[in-house]
Amino acid sequence: MIHTIAFYLFAAMVIASAMMVIFARNPVHSVMWLILSFFNAAGLMVLVGAEFIAMLLVIVYVGAVAVLFLFVVMMLDIDYAEMRAGFMRNMPLGLLIALILLAEIVLGIGAYRTGAIELGTPDGTGAAPLGASNIEAIGSLMFTRYVFLFEAAGIILLVAMIGAIVLTHLGSGPARGQQNVSRQNRRRPEEATRNVTPEIGKGIEL
Amino acid sequence: MDLQSSLQVVLPEIILAVAGVAMLMIAAFVGDKASRLVSIVGVSVLTAVAIITAFQMTGDTLGREAFGGQIRADAFAGFAKILAIVAAIVTLVVSPAFFERVAKMRAEFPILIVFAVLGMSIMVSARDLISFYVGLELNSLAAYVMASFLRDDDRSTEAGVKYFVLGGLASGILLFGMSLLYGFSGGTSYEAVRLAGMDGGSIGYVFGLTFVLVGLAFKISAVPFHMWTPDVYEGAPTPTTGFFATAPKVAAVAVLARITVEAFGSQLTAWQPIVITAALLSILWGALGAIGQTNIKRLLAYSSINNIGFLLIGLATGTLAGVSAMLVYLAIYVAMVAGSFVAVMMLKDADGMPVEDIDAIKGLSKTRPMIALALMMLMFSLAGIPPLFGFWGKFVVFQAAVQADLIILAAIGIAASVIGAYYYIKIVKLMYFDEPADVITGKSETSYGVVLAICALVISPLGYLLTIPLGDWADRAAAALTAFV
Repeated sequence: MIHTIAFYLFAAMVIASAMMVIFARNPVHSVMWLILSFFNAAGLMVLVGAEFIAMLLVIVYVGAVAVLFLFVVMMLDIDYAEMRAGFMRNMPLGLLIALILLAEIVLGIGAYRTGAIELGTPDGTGAAPLGASNIEAIGSLMFTRYVFLFEAAGIILLVAMIGAIVLTHLGSGPARGQQNVSRQNRRRPEEATRNVTPEIGKGIEL
Repeated sequence: MDLQSSLQVVLPEIILAVAGVAMLMIAAFVGDKASRLVSIVGVSVLTAVAIITAFQMTGDTLGREAFGGQIRADAFAGFAKILAIVAAIVTLVVSPAFFERVAKMRAEFPILIVFAVLGMSIMVSARDLISFYVGLELNSLAAYVMASFLRDDDRSTEAGVKYFVLGGLASGILLFGMSLLYGFSGGTSYEAVRLAGMDGGSIGYVFGLTFVLVGLAFKISAVPFHMWTPDVYEGAPTPTTGFFATAPKVAAVAVLARITVEAFGSQLTAWQPIVITAALLSILWGALGAIGQTNIKRLLAYSSINNIGFLLIGLATGTLAGVSAMLVYLAIYVAMVAGSFVAVMMLKDADGMPVEDIDAIKGLSKTRPMIALALMMLMFSLAGIPPLFGFWGKFVVFQAAVQADLIILAAIGIAASVIGAYYYIKIVKLMYFDEPADVITGKSETSYGVVLAICALVISPLGYLLTIPLGDWADRAAAALTAFV
């Protein structure tokens, strides 16, 4: 009973906050609604017993992706009113694409249910240890069987980081507008100023 | 699974990873002043890894498995690894002088090469779709950065972006194919994929196989998935281009051979037409596209597309002899292409700036006789003209094709290689029979000369001394591949 109530609560909240993402006037508020919908989706994941995915949703999507969205929203100067105007104009196309996607899902699930798709049977090499929770099972596979690939994936991220720095770092030249205090202090008035008596009606040569 | 024995099997990879991080530390604390030092460290580490790999593969042809069969360090992986490492060493030796002239040498370049080699060695020894993909992506990410390394240069940036976008597309196609294969076979190991294909395989399985082959065709730039190659090869800095044309090609071709023979070995009828089509189109398009090119790097890009076609002929046979012939061709190809790119890097004007225009090499035999001689040998070898070693590569590949009853394929290949000979010989004609253009007057470093001399020596008729050991290693490598089928 409590399960059902929790499910409908979370599900309704996900849909409602997703609607608010689209309809909120202020883009920053949109991101906030998005975060709320992520939290509720995490709640749904806990209900189906996938607590690892629930934690990933909170840590990765709320913690990293949504914050990145916030930065982008704040930094880019986008006219959201105009974008929303386009939303109404493109509504028929959007509905059509939504319908096509729905039809694909229905057809795919239907074909799978009738047994028209012969999927392979799992060979069991990646099977989870019995009786372990989600997180334990994933952790024990990742750090035993897949430890080499896990580390290699870490090196991929390292290479991506090196690449980002190499391609954006401006080198070690002195930054523009750098201040040299001792040179400023050594400077005497006679080096920087000169007295001129310009003729009437004429400027001076600089 | 015994972790310790697994770690012994992946010792070369561990050394590469640790060395890469250590080189990064040197670079971080000393700065770009250390780039030559880091290059030297890189060359010595790669040499050490090559020696360890050679020891690993002399012992047991089948090698040993690591991490439950995700990695297998057999003779085939060893052959490809050593070839890729040799190509990487050539790049490391020639790159500092090239980048220092424009004051763009940074210590990260050799580090990226070491990580790229790490990715290649993972992918050639992978016997699992996941480890294959992880290795491929490590290699590709390093390559994207290397392509746009001269980031103030518009062409280099363009090359990097183009390579990144199309490489990403190829990875996506590859992953899509892999996910289909996984779904229809129930496992990610090549063994599981092979077993699922034994009973004919479902339509989804064949779709997955096709997508994987298309993704790999992108990576080896086989026609019709070659369109990025000329632009990227032209725009990227020349040492990077030389690297792209050798090491990652070796790794990708080796992976293609391994996946077709080990994972799709039971599905010969499904993949053979794809490989044959790609081979024929690559040979023809590589030969025809090169005619009329005015940039020598673009010309070499078409030449490498052309060569991929010949390599695929060996693979298309699907036999042990065919794979062995392909590996022999691959080894000779690396020597020819590495030599050609070093020779191109030695073409400099009076200010020491690189010259890429084909008209500039007119009369090179009078101004720079040694470069002209080496370039002539390389071009004749690429064209497959008999006294030179390039002929031997083409010979073994066509022999394997004829033995496997692919006589029409071999005949078209030989006819197309005559078209290819046209533009190779045109370069020789420009160098030896035209009036000097007097553009190429700049001096080059001794290291370039040494590398070029070694490459020229390998492809010279003296190279035939290598035919027996090379054929022997290639046979052992191919035997390791076909042992499980």
